[in-house]
Amino acid sequence: MKIQEADAKQLLVAQGLPVPPWEVARTPAEVRAAAERVLAAGADRVVVKAQVLVGGRGKAGGVRLADDAGEAEAIGRQILGMDIKGITVRKVLVAAAADIVKEFYLAAVLDRAARRVLLMGSAEGGIEIEQVAAERPDAIVRIHAHPTAGLLDWQARQMAFALGLGGHVRAAVAIARGLVATMVANDADLVEINPLAIVREPGGDGTFAERLVCLDAKISLDDSALPRHPALEDLRDLDEEDPTDRAARAEGISFIKLDGSIGCMVNGAGLAMTTMDLVKRAGGEPANFLDIGGGARSDKVASAMGLILADPNVRAILVNIFGGITRGDEVARGLIEARAMQARSVPMVVRIVGTNAEEAGRLLREARFETAASLDEAAAKAVAAARATSGAPTEVSSVS
Amino acid sequence: MSILVGPDTRLVVQGITGREGEFHSRAMLEYGTRIVAGVTPGKGGQSALDGRVPVYDTVAEAVRQHAANASCIYVPAAGAPDAIMEAAGAGIATIFCITEGIPALEMVRVVAVVREAGARLIGPNCPGATSPGEAKVGIIPGSIHRRGSVGVVSRSGTLTYEAVQAMTDAGIGQSTCVGIGGDPIIGTSFTEILGLFKEDPATEAIVLIGEIGGAAEEEAAAYAGEHLRGMPMAAFIAGRTAPEGKRMGHAGAIISGGAGTAAGKVAALEAAGIRVAASPTEIPSLLRAAGAAA
Repeated sequence: MKIQEADAKQLLVAQGLPVPPWEVARTPAEVRAAAERVLAAGADRVVVKAQVLVGGRGKAGGVRLADDAGEAEAIGRQILGMDIKGITVRKVLVAAAADIVKEFYLAAVLDRAARRVLLMGSAEGGIEIEQVAAERPDAIVRIHAHPTAGLLDWQARQMAFALGLGGHVRAAVAIARGLVATMVANDADLVEINPLAIVREPGGDGTFAERLVCLDAKISLDDSALPRHPALEDLRDLDEEDPTDRAARAEGISFIKLDGSIGCMVNGAGLAMTTMDLVKRAGGEPANFLDIGGGARSDKVASAMGLILADPNVRAILVNIFGGITRGDEVARGLIEARAMQARSVPMVVRIVGTNAEEAGRLLREARFETAASLDEAAAKAVAAARATSGAPTEVSSVS
Repeated sequence: MSILVGPDTRLVVQGITGREGEFHSRAMLEYGTRIVAGVTPGKGGQSALDGRVPVYDTVAEAVRQHAANASCIYVPAAGAPDAIMEAAGAGIATIFCITEGIPALEMVRVVAVVREAGARLIGPNCPGATSPGEAKVGIIPGSIHRRGSVGVVSRSGTLTYEAVQAMTDAGIGQSTCVGIGGDPIIGTSFTEILGLFKEDPATEAIVLIGEIGGAAEEEAAAYAGEHLRGMPMAAFIAGRTAPEGKRMGHAGAIISGGAGTAAGKVAALEAAGIRVAASPTEIPSLLRAAGAAA
């Protein structure tokens, strides 16, 4: 689960990391009020940043500077409601514009191959790190935390010196350790600071001091760990979530909406992806990715059917179940119940093999479902059924 | 012969008294797997599966009483990490964890503990392994197999069944089928399983079934290109139509330097001389074309 910059910063602050103060505003008037407070605290300029979970908001015009509160309000009016990659901006972050001396990149990520937490740093901060990784991989410093002891002080020092942060080594060590601590405390799979920056801040006596601070923050949380962090569930941004995705999550179903016309209901992520691939290969387009999960019971099948039918583009449904932990007869019963309840009738092709498949086959035959023996056959039948119904108005059954 | 599970497997089932544990233990017994004990803390002294399997409070006790050397875990996610470490601590050599939903950082710690104990962990979030005609551990339906000489390794559960069924239907038998698990942090990688198949005299060809995300398939392709020349192989990669960015994290892409897409994995496998099937049903013909004796 991705969380907004402002929430990510809050998690960093909770671990004692240096993050310049910020406010979140939802209306132009709130932007103005926040800007007034920031300017009154001594800032020369303010920055207004769109809070969206997609990348590239800077290029899209979602990050702007203002010299005074009036300009901030005007910018807030432009950014709030703006569309960034299909997401409507509903809130902005307002903070003092930093006087940046130098930018760095620092992140703690999960390294699958090494099975450890990896601290990645680069002296080339503030830009797309993927670009640095592709063009100059040597410009990225990589240090693995110990799997049980965590990131050790000497490792953090090594990172600091490698990035040229020798002049700020104490702060850099604290931040590096703090990133890993934030990751562990919240079960994050990514904690990224880009940029980590040396900024010039005015002292009270007209002099300036340089300080290392986290100017931006991106955190992605491990969905499997959310049950043990109930407070983090509150950080889920429901504004940016498709209502169908939300319903799927509540049912414990893994669902991703796509643009095609063939709804897919499958058990297992790998088989669900394969089913989509074979629909495409048979000349159709999948309407969704849907994994009903292991051991799915009949009520879950009914919920999955509801999710698929909520998409008006769906012209046919392909059900592909290879029973292992999931029992075919339970899925068959769920399908029979779901068909009796559904408000809209679309052709359905069902293939159930594996655990209790014989019983499933008997139930489906009795209920006169269209079945298929192989996945290739099921995909071909579903594509043909979708073609036969496309263009024609959707048949509405009298059952309600 | 086979890898990971076979006639010498003396299995302890952790979580044998739970719904899933009991259901699948019954299927394992029917298949011929030697289940020597079950473990459910607090239910020691009872028995499971109609009195056929004694239940103990601890894995150590099951090892002492029955010389158990393998474990299969059906414990819910909250208790599974400890169950894995308990098995490793009791000296179990091969641990299968079926449980899904274990936090990734928890697994970082668990994998380190398992390695320190010198044990091998398969999974978590995996279907287990079957050596047809010898034994099966986990949840893979026994009916899909046929005894033979092709080793199968996969990151998926049900997709593995699909591929194995296609092989069996085409008359191609398997030496051992292993599901290594779909989680980001798993105990045993593709490459490690390929190494085990390389040393297994009963395995004469290999099928690798991967999916988008991470770089494990690319690593396996590099290993195969170097160490498995002459071994007939075929592969399948799921997720050719999966939308980018939906499942793959920003961070994973950086570590692997742009790897993670189905196209990248297919290219890496083909560069190593491994043909990639467009459908699981194509695997048998690709295996035969690669020189596998069926």
